[in-house]
Amino acid sequence: MNLRIIKPKKENLYTYLALGIGLLSIGFIDIFSNTFLNLNITGFFPSIISYLTPLILGAFGLHLIRIEYSGNKTLDIINKNFNSSNFNAILSLIVIFILIKYVPPLLNWFIFDANFLGSTKEDCIGEGACWVFVRVWFNRFMYGMYPDAEQWRINISFLTLLSSIGLIFILPIKFKKYIILFLLFIFPLIALNLISGGIFGLEWIETGAWGGLSLTFIVSAFALIFCFPIGVFLALGRRSDLPAIRYSSIGFIELWRGVPLITVLFMSAVMFPMFLPDGTYMDKLMRVIIAITLFEAAYMAEVVRGGLQALPRGQYDAAKSLGMGYWRMHFLIIMPQALKLVIPGIANTFLALVKDTPLIFVVGLLELAGMIGLAKTNPKWLGMATEGYVFAALVFWIICFSMSRYSQNLEKKLSTER
Amino acid sequence: MNIKAFSIDLKNKKRLIPQVLTLLSIILAISYFTFNAQVNMGNRGIAFGFGFLTQEASFDIGFSLIDYDGSHSYARAFLVGLLNTLLVSVIGIFFATLIGVTVGIGRLSSNYLVAKFSEVYVEVFRNIPLLLQLFFWYFAALRALPLPEQAMNFNDISYLTVKGWYVPKFIWTNFSMFVYSVIAAIVAIIFVSKHAKKQREEFGKHIPSFYIGIALLVALPALGFLIGGVSLEFEIPVLKQMSATIFNFRGGVSIIPELMALAMALSMYTATFIAENVRAGILGIGKGQKEAAASIGLTKAQILKLVVLPQALRIIIPPTTNQYLNLTKNSSLAAAIAYPDIVLVFAGTALMQTGRAIEIVSITMGTYLLISLSISSFMNWYNQSVAIKEK
Repeated sequence: MNLRIIKPKKENLYTYLALGIGLLSIGFIDIFSNTFLNLNITGFFPSIISYLTPLILGAFGLHLIRIEYSGNKTLDIINKNFNSSNFNAILSLIVIFILIKYVPPLLNWFIFDANFLGSTKEDCIGEGACWVFVRVWFNRFMYGMYPDAEQWRINISFLTLLSSIGLIFILPIKFKKYIILFLLFIFPLIALNLISGGIFGLEWIETGAWGGLSLTFIVSAFALIFCFPIGVFLALGRRSDLPAIRYSSIGFIELWRGVPLITVLFMSAVMFPMFLPDGTYMDKLMRVIIAITLFEAAYMAEVVRGGLQALPRGQYDAAKSLGMGYWRMHFLIIMPQALKLVIPGIANTFLALVKDTPLIFVVGLLELAGMIGLAKTNPKWLGMATEGYVFAALVFWIICFSMSRYSQNLEKKLSTER
Repeated sequence: MNIKAFSIDLKNKKRLIPQVLTLLSIILAISYFTFNAQVNMGNRGIAFGFGFLTQEASFDIGFSLIDYDGSHSYARAFLVGLLNTLLVSVIGIFFATLIGVTVGIGRLSSNYLVAKFSEVYVEVFRNIPLLLQLFFWYFAALRALPLPEQAMNFNDISYLTVKGWYVPKFIWTNFSMFVYSVIAAIVAIIFVSKHAKKQREEFGKHIPSFYIGIALLVALPALGFLIGGVSLEFEIPVLKQMSATIFNFRGGVSIIPELMALAMALSMYTATFIAENVRAGILGIGKGQKEAAASIGLTKAQILKLVVLPQALRIIIPPTTNQYLNLTKNSSLAAAIAYPDIVLVFAGTALMQTGRAIEIVSITMGTYLLISLSISSFMNWYNQSVAIKEK
């Protein structure tokens, strides 16, 4: 078969260009009229052909303008990035058509037809999203059942946390360690007492009332603080040459890594109380934090172990030849280097931890996703599930995405040439 | 555990003391917890034991692959839950691999749009908690489907409604014959490819084993249909009026929305991680490998098949199996949308009814542990068998 006639050449560049762009624009006009004007200009074809017309016309048009080294810079860039072969041309067209077909309705739902003002469900008219729902329930989504008048306590805790984290970036290295020590050891106690109250005349607020996004942060922050040292020790234990310690570490790590978090939470809720002396009561939130801590510590241990294994043997030998003992060697020489190597892994574990917190709904603690579940079953706000979950997804996405980007930057900054 | 490792030089107290202390504290902790558990169970008048497994479960399960009703035992209910967990995991793994490989290759595409599209997909779905995605699909997306009387109709054989997805049911006669013919075809293909490899390596003869394989895979089951007495009928779901206003489909197989939502959420979430693995695997093959392959005259397809893929798969498969494992464990989120998996059926309903927290939670965790350990030991075996054998 001789396809020479439709094989575009540089000599007739402008003829082919005109022809190709013409076909391409017919395809686009077809799609546009189909999507926005509800008009099918190719309706006289059988339905399947009519459906594929824009694709066929567009692909043929793109084929005609695929001219290598045409001398026209724009055309070359387009050909290189969107149109390097027939297959790529079709893929590009499909992606563009999907964007044209689905992005405008989504944007309409999300912003242009959406209702932002009002205070009841009746204020939501039209097809768009009802963000009134999120506005009305915003306090509940952030603070759970925490009393409105006392929410400043949570706010102050988080402001302190954020400002001390901000200070770490600003202050010179000399003060940094004091702030880190404050954040690790003193701040958790202060925040815990401030939020739960019961001292200094603050009203006691039981953990059952905590909830919303702030609970997500509380659970992940405490679990992170505790799981890190446990993970480091487990990793050292797993690499220990003392068999009893090694095998118990391996057993512990593999046990937690082999089961889903949801069963661990079940265990903390229904099985763990059976293991405590009769009459002792441990707070539900505390049990959950312990369960998540142990669970994440096992993952953290594997991450840290990766760093330990990556260190060359010479580092150990050098430390030993300086007369350092086991602990001094590990905490002065090995750990600082190993931890630096696994920063992305640690960040990923923390990300997984944040993404796992919604699971605490199984024991009846309602963080953001749980609060939305509660709000959407409110008789006055039925049918708002989509808005609620889209809002929660957006919040979590912003948190997780910025964290993953930050860890990537950190990785680049800290990477030392070996 | 090997005894040798424990044969410690007694003189070396420095090594002995920490070990003894560790073991002692573990034993102490376990005995403390066991003691408390015994006291607590004694107070409540329940004795530890697994006898309850044979008792009548007397609760119904909405979706089951095997025969089950309230008169069956708790052990049978456990089996139903386990099968449902495995079912959703297998479906999830299949689609996660499909999407993941496509997106992973897409991210490396020279086509700017495709690469960007794939990147956006990965960044969006990786950074949203799986539970929220599950809720979104189940409570928002699938609830927006039409009622049975206005079902989305796929060529009159399959219907998508808010109550589930109705697909034709396969009714086989002589199904075992069909299975045998497929097995025979697979055995024959293995034979042919071994023979072809031998011929190629020893005599340089080329046998088109791929086409022979496809022919065998079509021909043998076809023979089963023609002379083996195998036949296949379809039972197509039809809309029936149940009462004045209620319509529903009868016949066919109904895929419940819980299963759909769970499979969608699991596969779309896990696919992002698989895509990253695939991308890392392909990027991990040095340019030199491809250039070397090209310089000895291999064609593009041969380079992909003989040089790039074998090496890339060695990088891709271990982390991907890990993701499969994660997917299986994440399928326990089913409890959140009431898909009757092992956690919901066993650690949920059965635990409520019997109150045997320790036994039931241990069985559930043990089952997951067994699945995890068996997959990871298979993984270790596989890693060893594909590792580059250095001389």
